[in-house]
Amino acid sequence: MTKPAIAAEHVSKIYRRFAHRNQLRTLKSALLTGSVLADLKPEETFTALEDVSFEVRPGSTFAVIGENGSGKSTLLKLVAGITRPTRGRLGVAGRVSALIELGAGFHPEISGRENVAINAMMLGLTRKELERQYDAIVDFAELRDFIEAPVKTYSSGMYMRLGFAVAIHVDPDVLLIDEVLAVGDEAFTRKCLDKIAEFRRRGKTILFVTHSLGLVDKMCDDVLWLSHGRTHGHGEPKRVVDEYLTYVAGGEEALLRSRGASQDTTSPGPAPSPGATGSYQPGRWGSREVEIRAVRLLDARERERHVFVPGETLQLVLSVAAQQPVEDFVFGIGLFAADGTCIYGTNTDLEEFVPRRLSGETEVRIALEGLSLVEGTYFVDLAAHKRDGTPYDYLRGQHSFRVKSRVKDVGLYRPLHQWSFGGGALLDAPAKRGELEL
Amino acid sequence: MISAIRALVRYRALVLSLVSRELKARYRGSMLGFLWSFVNPLLLLLTYTLVFTVILPNKQPDIQPFFLFLFCGILPWTWFQASLAESAGVLISSANLIKKVLFPAEVLPTVCVLANLTHFLLGLPILIAVLAFERKLAWTALLLPLPILVQLVLTLGLALFLSALTVHFRDIQNILGHVLQVWFFATPVVYSYAQVAEATPLRRLLRLNPMTHVIVMYQQMLFHGNIDHWRGLALALLVGVVAFAVGAFLFDRLRDTLAEEV
Repeated sequence: MTKPAIAAEHVSKIYRRFAHRNQLRTLKSALLTGSVLADLKPEETFTALEDVSFEVRPGSTFAVIGENGSGKSTLLKLVAGITRPTRGRLGVAGRVSALIELGAGFHPEISGRENVAINAMMLGLTRKELERQYDAIVDFAELRDFIEAPVKTYSSGMYMRLGFAVAIHVDPDVLLIDEVLAVGDEAFTRKCLDKIAEFRRRGKTILFVTHSLGLVDKMCDDVLWLSHGRTHGHGEPKRVVDEYLTYVAGGEEALLRSRGASQDTTSPGPAPSPGATGSYQPGRWGSREVEIRAVRLLDARERERHVFVPGETLQLVLSVAAQQPVEDFVFGIGLFAADGTCIYGTNTDLEEFVPRRLSGETEVRIALEGLSLVEGTYFVDLAAHKRDGTPYDYLRGQHSFRVKSRVKDVGLYRPLHQWSFGGGALLDAPAKRGELEL
Repeated sequence: MISAIRALVRYRALVLSLVSRELKARYRGSMLGFLWSFVNPLLLLLTYTLVFTVILPNKQPDIQPFFLFLFCGILPWTWFQASLAESAGVLISSANLIKKVLFPAEVLPTVCVLANLTHFLLGLPILIAVLAFERKLAWTALLLPLPILVQLVLTLGLALFLSALTVHFRDIQNILGHVLQVWFFATPVVYSYAQVAEATPLRRLLRLNPMTHVIVMYQQMLFHGNIDHWRGLALALLVGVVAFAVGAFLFDRLRDTLAEEV
């Protein structure tokens, strides 16, 4: 078996929590034991990474995903050699170049040319290699006309381009990328991705940290998922990304659920005319002669859910109770986008149901089949009122659900659709996508 | 110590580029530009000459003309002092670099020392021209590389030491100015070493100060034209090598903490 390009064995990284306290003590331990942490108590430290192990095969592309604060960037700095692990071992074979911050160390007062030279040498290029690569760097950055101007006159886009161009031309064996492709315009991002793809073709090893799961799916051979500094998943991209999405969705579930619960007690507000457009203020009002006691959002299999994928069935189940039997009643629902745009509204009266009698406690259910919405958060209005609109119980924006999708289409409404192409239009089918199963 | 030297040699191209960047960037946009390298020591010289020939005249016969004697000491002292003052803060002001790019950080204080060495070397021809004009120049000036080398080793050692330590104790940046001020007066720059009576505590203190011997050497080579202070210079070299070893050791030991603490 070949030697791994990057090997991490039980790597932990602990930071001091308070930067400028206990200086003397930490300095003493730094000098005596080589660690700034030896004399610190646990409450003075912060564990950014704990017992992380992985190997990256030479020539493979390895992604690290995770929420903010999960330790991704710490890991990258360790691999880059900028900081060292507190415990464990981390080995990297070959020259490393880290795209951690593009153009770090550019001096604003001097020309692009001199900055390229200094930056490249800092990243480990010799003067000879620099001479060979210089033209390629300038051309890649598309800054031939400005290269003699001081860097302080550059736009931020030019700055980034030059930084990226230098870092990528260091021609490392291992390239580390930290979410830097988020900068720059579309065309340059594409160019960077092409360059990275070329890297892969040439059998170089890439480790990158990203939030762009689409990119992970497309480019990576292996994914490490960090959560709170620990390995939460590791392996084949599609599986790990799906697990991750499910996990993130789970977090949102909990969030939406708690939000729904905390707003149930909102006192009845003034009664605006239901169905009015304009500002969407959550609230609840009505006489409560008929009361909506509980609302559940279910999927087709009767499981309570708050996150759905397009095309699924969403059932809204209302538990209603009439204090006195009534004969004039209408049930209605409304769907609103996060910005308050009304997407859809209907009620039993509009659909020409004729009310006869409502008494005691009962259940009202509406099933929305084939949820035709794009990704986003949606609010639900639920109401019981008289035929003339006088509300019994009107719940505005008290319940919400989220639609998650890996297709980033836009708008609100997603019609069921199908592409087909004539023989003259050649397209590859999308990579096996498979909507995420919740 | 060996590894520090090796790193500096390996990254010498970077060091040199950074020094030239430092020099270019410093004066870019100013009207006098590069002339500041000459104007700065001249203005300093003017101030001290005014104080010690008009206000508090130093009439010691063997150091006349006084301004010339002063010039011989103040030029290397300025190199020493500016190097230390700058390197104390250099790691902190380059925090962004240290946190984001992997390179040997000892490059940074070294660049401070070398950039100021360049200023010193640029000022030296003026000094030599004035000496020649006053018919003071002797063959001993050819030996100048010796005290320069000793001073370089000493200054580098102290710069490494201070730069790494300041990351942990920011107070150093504040107190350093005062220490250097005292150190300046504890070095025979505005007075001569011979002026301080033998066997006094002050003399003993002066002898302990490695910069005394370096400065005296400059004065003997440039101003007096006869040299009898070799033992002093050897002592300064010894102190310099020890300072470099200690500085490099401390820097290396604190290296891993730099990226986290700056």
